[in-house]
Amino acid sequence: MHKIKSPTSPSSTKLSRRGFMIGATSVGVTLAFVPAALLASDPAQALSANKFEPTIWYSIAPSGQITVNVTKAEMGQHIGTAFARIVAEELEADWADVQVNHVDTEAKYGAFVTGGSWSVWQNFDLMSRAGAAGRTALVSEGARLLGVAAGDCSAANSQVVCRGKSISYGDIVRTGNLSRTYTDAQLASLPIKAAKDRKLIGSETQALDIPSKTNGAAIYGIDATFEGMVYAKPIVPPTRYGSWVKSVDDSRAKNVKGYQQTLVLRDPSNTVPGWALVIADSFHAAQRAERLITVEWDAGATARVTERDILNRGAELIEGSSGSLVVEDGEVDATFAAANSVLSQSYTTSTVLHFQLEPVNAIGLQKDGRWELHTGNQWQSLILPTLAEALEVPVEKVVMRTYLLGGGFGRRLNGDYGVPALLAAKALGKPVKVVFSREDDSRFDSPRSASVQKVSMAFDSTEKIIGMQHHATAGWPTSAMVPGFLGTGTNGEKFDPFSINGAQHWYDVGAHRVRAIKNDLANATFRPGWLRSVGPGWTNWALESFVDEVAHSKGIDPVALRIQLLTGRGKNAGHAPNSVGGASRMANVLQRAADKAGWGKDLPDGVGMGIATTFGQERDMPTWSACVAQVAVDKASGKVTLQKLTVVIDAGTIVHPDGALAQTEGAALWGASMALHEGTEFVNGHVKDVNLNSYRPLRMSDVPELDIEFVDSELQSVGLGEPATTVVGPAIGNAVFAASGARVRHLPITAEAVKKARV
Amino acid sequence: MSIKFEINGVSVELDAPDDTPLLWAVRDELNLKGTKFGCGIGLCGACTVHVDGVAQRSCITPLANVAGSNITTIEGLSENDDHPLQQAWVEAQTPQCGYCQSGQIMQAASLLAYNADPSDAEIDSAMNGNLCRCMAYVRIKKAIKLAVTNAAAKQETQNA
Repeated sequence: MHKIKSPTSPSSTKLSRRGFMIGATSVGVTLAFVPAALLASDPAQALSANKFEPTIWYSIAPSGQITVNVTKAEMGQHIGTAFARIVAEELEADWADVQVNHVDTEAKYGAFVTGGSWSVWQNFDLMSRAGAAGRTALVSEGARLLGVAAGDCSAANSQVVCRGKSISYGDIVRTGNLSRTYTDAQLASLPIKAAKDRKLIGSETQALDIPSKTNGAAIYGIDATFEGMVYAKPIVPPTRYGSWVKSVDDSRAKNVKGYQQTLVLRDPSNTVPGWALVIADSFHAAQRAERLITVEWDAGATARVTERDILNRGAELIEGSSGSLVVEDGEVDATFAAANSVLSQSYTTSTVLHFQLEPVNAIGLQKDGRWELHTGNQWQSLILPTLAEALEVPVEKVVMRTYLLGGGFGRRLNGDYGVPALLAAKALGKPVKVVFSREDDSRFDSPRSASVQKVSMAFDSTEKIIGMQHHATAGWPTSAMVPGFLGTGTNGEKFDPFSINGAQHWYDVGAHRVRAIKNDLANATFRPGWLRSVGPGWTNWALESFVDEVAHSKGIDPVALRIQLLTGRGKNAGHAPNSVGGASRMANVLQRAADKAGWGKDLPDGVGMGIATTFGQERDMPTWSACVAQVAVDKASGKVTLQKLTVVIDAGTIVHPDGALAQTEGAALWGASMALHEGTEFVNGHVKDVNLNSYRPLRMSDVPELDIEFVDSELQSVGLGEPATTVVGPAIGNAVFAASGARVRHLPITAEAVKKARV
Repeated sequence: MSIKFEINGVSVELDAPDDTPLLWAVRDELNLKGTKFGCGIGLCGACTVHVDGVAQRSCITPLANVAGSNITTIEGLSENDDHPLQQAWVEAQTPQCGYCQSGQIMQAASLLAYNADPSDAEIDSAMNGNLCRCMAYVRIKKAIKLAVTNAAAKQETQNA
């Protein structure tokens, strides 16, 4: 069994049992992390024979060109630019010499996963040290070549400079011998720049991937072709699981020019049960043919399931006592029993689609004794074993070729769409390109599950908060796709951390219970997906709406109440390196957002401000975020117009400031879109809204004024892809209350719900 | 059936069914992959091309409708990727995943060809049919305005 390692540990712990090696290879000089056992071998020999498993590496060519290899998927976050800036900073490279290479999967390159806003956080320290090791070697070899003492030399702009003499990195590579090895201890002791001396990290630059995205040259998975390939379009079965094809009638399709056949898939991995593919010379021919093909199925058990069924099952589970106790601090039951008063509310959210603009697609083919999958994907290491299982071959026999992603947002963490391409390639003995229509993509999405939550607080006779409970149920992506990542609660029951993250907040609330329950009907009906932040998309909706309700019910200002609860004491004090300062940094961003937005100022009738905060995805990697939303509510119709979002984020050191801003703009608008424009429902086992005629994400005319600020910080870099997504929804809900007195407890917020809540 | 048209200045003749969407002919027959498939029903704008200078959704434009027309795709918008909008797109660092951006640029180019200095509301109205799922709308709008400003500055230089 292929082992998937939990990616939740920070970079520093990953240095153990590794070393660093520099040696000549065919491309010039390669600089790579290697297993410590290899440090005794000759670097040139070890590196050129690829006898190592580097996780991060780069090369310098005799021309001076520096290529930083990246295993992360490029899906709009310009990750290659951020990584290359970190390496180049310590390497003292001239930025003009640096390029990025996104590599294909190979076991030697280590795990491939791009998600969770983890990339920079996990790799900052490693990449800095990789750059520093390269610089140290170049300085010492450059000094030798110049015939001066290394102590008289320094590096800058891809040159080693020694008292008036200089030599370029390219010349050192060409004429010198850079072979070096560094042990883990040596790497750890390399001098790393103080933040004030940085030239690239934190300064503006243009992202390296952008020019090709303005002239049609960028190649996404859907643009890939392969000689001799045929096209395939899915015929998606009536249920995600358990459907069987009884019969196929393609007699009417046989006259369609280019139609070849309809292939019923046999899938040993059970990823695409009940699937058929229309095979044709072109995608369009496959589409035309599909309309004339009749498939009959024995449908699976969930063929009649509705959104209401899923929400009802959630409500039932919340009232029961099953599930996992993720937090169980203090005497919760006794505290609630003894409380002077208890406030309790329920919150729900609808199913949400990823709707990444490039529908999922993949080419499967066999070449040189291995199976290849050509596609854009976020978690290659997760799907490779499934692909191997489907093909009934060892995992070493499958490789994924890397392409740009026309949107990720978590959809492409689940590589299930690769399975039909390889099954068809195997069945037909030729390359097959499977392209999903938009409707197929929506039906086969791993949507963000609907959720049901109940939140309560207990108060003593002085109105002090003495206890809190948060119970949450939803479909769990992690149990569907990577059970090894499940956590264990204090009661020994398993939980999906991605589905409850956000509930283990930084407020001081006394006795505290967080209970996570898998919605088994959701998991049976569809494959729940990780969608931009996952759990905080619903947990933070409940948490931050509820804190607002408590503030209003107790007559306290919502900003003041939050800051009161963010003492930064005890378990909320934080720890080095990830959460230094703890809850006090959350209080800081809240106050800053309130000040920037003009919290408390007079607003016209029907206009209001709401505030919310989030720490992003995980307590172990908090991105301190606050948002003030300003909305106008039309009292007659209940229509909500989002006027302005003020967002303040403390993400520690910002590597690529403009990239960080772009991520935050997009994430904040995603939050607004999910709060006011998106959401679908299950009807007869599938999502109802499968295209833009009824699924309507935010458009340009809906964009509010945005005011985004990052806290200036030299602390540990954390994640930025997701945090702003989940802070916006509750800020809008709270603003709707401030503007109209309507308390809405369901996402998305509809005009009807606002109107109803005002009565 | 054989259909003739001009694309990016080159005459082509395709033997394909009349109702083949222009999008698939452009992508798979003519191998111009910059024009993208998003929704297939003309509501996302990723497939936008110019037909006789006007932005159209190629996914719902049958080949029969473009017989004898001049088509421009993103690959043919400028000689050296130097259309003022392409330059502004880089200057404003607009694309994230980039998948919609060919369509966004073609839509914006069609707007500016008819309205050299559009108001905010006119930009919204022209661009609302183009979905950006990364929600890079702030920078799409910024880039359109930059292109307008840059063009005006260039004009001024030339006049002087």
